[in-house]
Amino acid sequence: MKIFLNNNHEEFDQEELTVTQLLAVKNFTFKMLVIKINGNLVSKEAYDITMVHDGDEVHVLHLISGG
Amino acid sequence: MTYEEIRGRLSRKRVGIAGCGGLGSNCAIALARVGMGTLVIVDFDRLSLSNLNRQYYFRDQVGMKKVEALADNILRIDPTIRVEKHAVRITATNLAGLFSGCDVIVEAFDLAEEKEMLITSALTHFPTLPLVVGSGMAGWGNNAAIHFRRLGNIFVCGDESSEISAAMPPLAPRVGMVANMQANVVMDILLNSVQL
Repeated sequence: MKIFLNNNHEEFDQEELTVTQLLAVKNFTFKMLVIKINGNLVSKEAYDITMVHDGDEVHVLHLISGG
Repeated sequence: MTYEEIRGRLSRKRVGIAGCGGLGSNCAIALARVGMGTLVIVDFDRLSLSNLNRQYYFRDQVGMKKVEALADNILRIDPTIRVEKHAVRITATNLAGLFSGCDVIVEAFDLAEEKEMLITSALTHFPTLPLVVGSGMAGWGNNAAIHFRRLGNIFVCGDESSEISAAMPPLAPRVGMVANMQANVVMDILLNSVQL
């Protein structure tokens, strides 16, 4: 599948991935995250059951302490 | 646009600032200087001496509620700014009421967990409202790492990599850079220079 991840076109061998699988494939190991798929917020509890499909726009924001 | 035109447009705008620490105090001051109409400032904390290494306050304000001290500082710069101050802890439940009617929300918390809570709650209550986030500003130097990027209605300022620690504290120069970048993005959004 091809998705638009954080404003970049990315291609994956898999036809679809759960959010949890996508984070693992991308090696995004951050604890504090905000994820949106096609503009919709994905809750943490739903990472295992929410699928990312071909053509999706995915935003992954990693949050760091300091301010 | 002339300075008068900028002030004229911004005077009708309302900006919510979630947290009045290093990011929030500096961002609010920058927005006050350019004539923002209303600043809604929210923070439950009181000023301590250790905050003065980066936050826009003064030594004789130590012990005051941050929202009271920041309101004083804003009004000393421009008494025409409307300041709405709330000395409460922002939660998923009270966020919508605190920031109702705001044109933009600035995320200006310290801890990553709190940032995540704020962004998640704001996106839940206000799915399309512009949200300006600061992430990654610990230590000093490394100007080139600090950047801006946009993810839909989330506008991110910071280096998105430097974790704070005892050896990498948040300090005035880099925190101020990110706070002023946030203010700069707010102007961009409110002066209609970015497509929403």
